[in-house]
Amino acid sequence: MLLRILSLLLLIAIWQAASMLAASRLLPEPLAVVDVMLREARSGALFFNLGTTLARVAISFALAMFFGTLFGILMGRSVTLDRLGDPWLVVLLNLPALVIIVLAYIWIGLTDTAAILAVALNKLPNATVTIREGARSLDAGLEEMATVFAMPWQTRLRHVLLPQLAPYVAAATRSGLSIVWKIVLVVELLGRSNGVGFEIGTAFQVFDVALLLAYALPFVGIMLAIESFLVQPFEQHVSRWRIKTA
Amino acid sequence: MRKAFRTASGEVREVLRDFSTSLAVGKIHALVGPSGYGKTTALRIVIGLDRDFEGMVTLPLGTKIGMVFQEPRLLPWRSVLDNLRLAAPRASEANLVRIATDLGIAGHLRYFPGELSLGLARRVALARAFAVDPNFLVLDEPFVSLDAALAMRLGDELVALVEHTEVTTLLVTHDIDEAIRLADHIMLLGGRPAKIVADFDIAFPRAAMTANYAAKIKAQIGAVIAEAVA
Repeated sequence: MLLRILSLLLLIAIWQAASMLAASRLLPEPLAVVDVMLREARSGALFFNLGTTLARVAISFALAMFFGTLFGILMGRSVTLDRLGDPWLVVLLNLPALVIIVLAYIWIGLTDTAAILAVALNKLPNATVTIREGARSLDAGLEEMATVFAMPWQTRLRHVLLPQLAPYVAAATRSGLSIVWKIVLVVELLGRSNGVGFEIGTAFQVFDVALLLAYALPFVGIMLAIESFLVQPFEQHVSRWRIKTA
Repeated sequence: MRKAFRTASGEVREVLRDFSTSLAVGKIHALVGPSGYGKTTALRIVIGLDRDFEGMVTLPLGTKIGMVFQEPRLLPWRSVLDNLRLAAPRASEANLVRIATDLGIAGHLRYFPGELSLGLARRVALARAFAVDPNFLVLDEPFVSLDAALAMRLGDELVALVEHTEVTTLLVTHDIDEAIRLADHIMLLGGRPAKIVADFDIAFPRAAMTANYAAKIKAQIGAVIAEAVA
């Protein structure tokens, strides 16, 4: 942990040194970025834009995970559904994110619905493939046990099926969050008039790097916090029954 | 009933043919036969896990099955107590603890199955089968790969519980001695495709059994097996 903090401090030191050497508006000092950050925070714009972007991340991520899990389970369990769905999945996996985003805006309009749908569609195939892998490796013995003991479907879902899928859900969550939050910025840049992506686009037009970083860094910080304070503890919780090797 | 598998190479292999029996209520029935003769197949058909067969299985209305598989098949991500609770949501806490105590696992209720030895895990599987308060208890080689002393002890505990609850029991085993020691009624599986080749009613089961009588039954079974092989 100490080493990580040291490494982070070193990065900031290099940034400081580089900005002093360059002495340019295009590479501002760390403190100048903090200044802009405080200014944006005081006006409330920082929180509004961060909140808007986070809401888009949350909704599209939830949509993608829910349907990805559903389709993944169905395709992992049924050979027919797998054959039917697989070509769609391959098409969606290989469609560039930009194409989906632009098409969504053209067909649906420059709305939040289009933005969120585009992001969710980008993440969906990814989640489906991961969960399908999990659904294929389900333990048939436990399923038979649940059948013989006539467990109701809620029990089977919660205590037999989902715990087996948990490592796959965690993996999909991890990779999913990082995909989603990056794509959300692109979507905002292209077709929304608020959010971190929009602000970065504005900063780009006037080459205001300080403003750009003032929005980018807090956002990265929040995503890192979500990863280490929500995703990792969840992973640890669902694997608590495994025998500790250490 | 008849059961056939399509093998990987595409040919149809009959496993069971003319398999027919009925089980008396409240008795322990042992289905005995060598490995690979379709004991487990027959059992899976009886409890409804395998529906792809020709014939008929009639279970009384309201049959509640308690099952012990060859492997314990516990939910590894739930504690021992939760494993019992989930299988038997209607059992009272006191009842679960009583069953656990009878089987000597009361001290392990908070453990995860991965932390148990095989012997303990099998006890949990037995406890789970009893926890649902079954009227049909089905055991598939429940003591296989345990050492002889432990298998003997668990067998005695099983008998005590069965006699106490008077549950109809079907025990599948390859161990003739175990069958003689535990059962009221022994069915011998043999032949290919397999069917029940002989039935033995044990006149003096378990506690009433003398060493002489056990030897006599064993000799009879041995004679049938010798004849089947010849």
